[in-house]
Amino acid sequence: MSKWQEKVEAYLEPRFQLSAIRNFANKKKVPEHRHSFWYFFGGICLFLFIIQVLTGVLLLLYYTPSVDTAHESVQFIMSQVKFGWLIRSVHSWTANILVGVLFIHMFSTFFLKAYRPPRELTWITGFLLLVLFLAFGFSGYLLPWNELSFFATRVGTDIAGVIPFVGKALKTFILGGQEVSDATLTRFFWLHVAVLPAIAILIMGIHIILVQTLGMSKPIGVGETKEISFFPEFILKDALGWLIILAVVGAVCVFLPWEAGPKADPFASTPLGIKPEWYFTFMFTTLKLVPAHIFTIEGEILAVLGFMLGGLLLMLVPFLDRGAAREKRSPIFSAVGLAVVLYIVVMTALTYLAPNIGK
Amino acid sequence: MKRRAFINLFLGGSLLGTVISFLYPVIRYLIPPRQSEAAAKTIVAAKVGELAPNSARLFRFGSSAAILIHTSDGELRAFSATCTHLTCTVNYEGDTGTLFCPCHNGRFDLAGNVLSGPPPKPLEAYEVELSGGDIYVSRKT
Repeated sequence: MSKWQEKVEAYLEPRFQLSAIRNFANKKKVPEHRHSFWYFFGGICLFLFIIQVLTGVLLLLYYTPSVDTAHESVQFIMSQVKFGWLIRSVHSWTANILVGVLFIHMFSTFFLKAYRPPRELTWITGFLLLVLFLAFGFSGYLLPWNELSFFATRVGTDIAGVIPFVGKALKTFILGGQEVSDATLTRFFWLHVAVLPAIAILIMGIHIILVQTLGMSKPIGVGETKEISFFPEFILKDALGWLIILAVVGAVCVFLPWEAGPKADPFASTPLGIKPEWYFTFMFTTLKLVPAHIFTIEGEILAVLGFMLGGLLLMLVPFLDRGAAREKRSPIFSAVGLAVVLYIVVMTALTYLAPNIGK
Repeated sequence: MKRRAFINLFLGGSLLGTVISFLYPVIRYLIPPRQSEAAAKTIVAAKVGELAPNSARLFRFGSSAAILIHTSDGELRAFSATCTHLTCTVNYEGDTGTLFCPCHNGRFDLAGNVLSGPPPKPLEAYEVELSGGDIYVSRKT
């Protein structure tokens, strides 16, 4: 250690108690077994979130949230601002990759039954983070005010509107009125850059504190295993994953920069082949297939209630899976989880492979 | 009631009242104010002869979109262009003579009735009248 490093450390030590943090990180152990590969996805989510914040802050410099100027400002970023295309592409691509990695992280945690006590709250905060990031995606999608995002927002907010009792009030609150308008854009911007980040950082903080204090969960049936230190061994392996993701994001952004699309016209026809972001397409295709009426109830209401119930059950799975809570295998839960994954994959694939389904 | 219990209740209640008095204006602030809608009853949608047979035109009617269709039989019909499923805007398909919503593949006939797909209700039909070379569209009363 050089002299100036020693001096800096001597200054910081009594103020930040660095040795206590270092001791904690050195003592903390991470189990290593044949499933420990899945542990890295949480760290990748955090890394992608950091990229989101950094690129989002940069985009704020030129973006203007108004119907008359939003699309123009995004085009300005893409075509006039030096490296604007790169910053926006990184923001959009990492947002999509982040949602994908969040799904992988959630389902890997699900199948490894890492939600077993005492990690129920880690699971619930993780689930809430997934919901929050879907809300990030939905609100951010409208901000460029293009044709696709306009109609996707119209459909998405109308889905909120069909929820019994609270739907209409909720829709008016989200839209800032009755239609997707300037007020909606302002609200989505407000949610995207202020409200959601504040809530996300709070919940993420709780999630990370829980992960750090409770440690990594070992799957059922995995006994004594080799352990590696959290710092530096696990962190270094994590960093390798981050570097790979960074390389992938860089390559994708250079070869496939994110397009701005044509400006939204609220009084034009909905373009053919319209679909939402890929992570909502399984719900989108379900809504295509659900009949207009099931018994006397409108099909879309039942579908929306079904998705809400599914989400609620998924969130509460630590309390439902009593077998896993007693460290016993619970094949029924694994089978249901597998069925859900298959449903999502098949419906997503159908969106792209059979767009005319239900026509 | 003991004095301590009373003080706890009094202070707790005051705290709750304070929190509610802070939250109330915030919640009211978040709910958007009701704005009077431009509830147009009649509008000139096009000029006579402007629309070729078997074609359609979208136009703004109040705060939403409407569609005027000149059918291949020479009839003029108008509907709300907002799909009754999840509010996308419908298109006129000349080759099938139907109205189609690309969001979830809903299809309507030229009376506004649902032919296929998930829309639960027919499209709202409007009245069409010709006067002085203009095509007037109005809401049915």
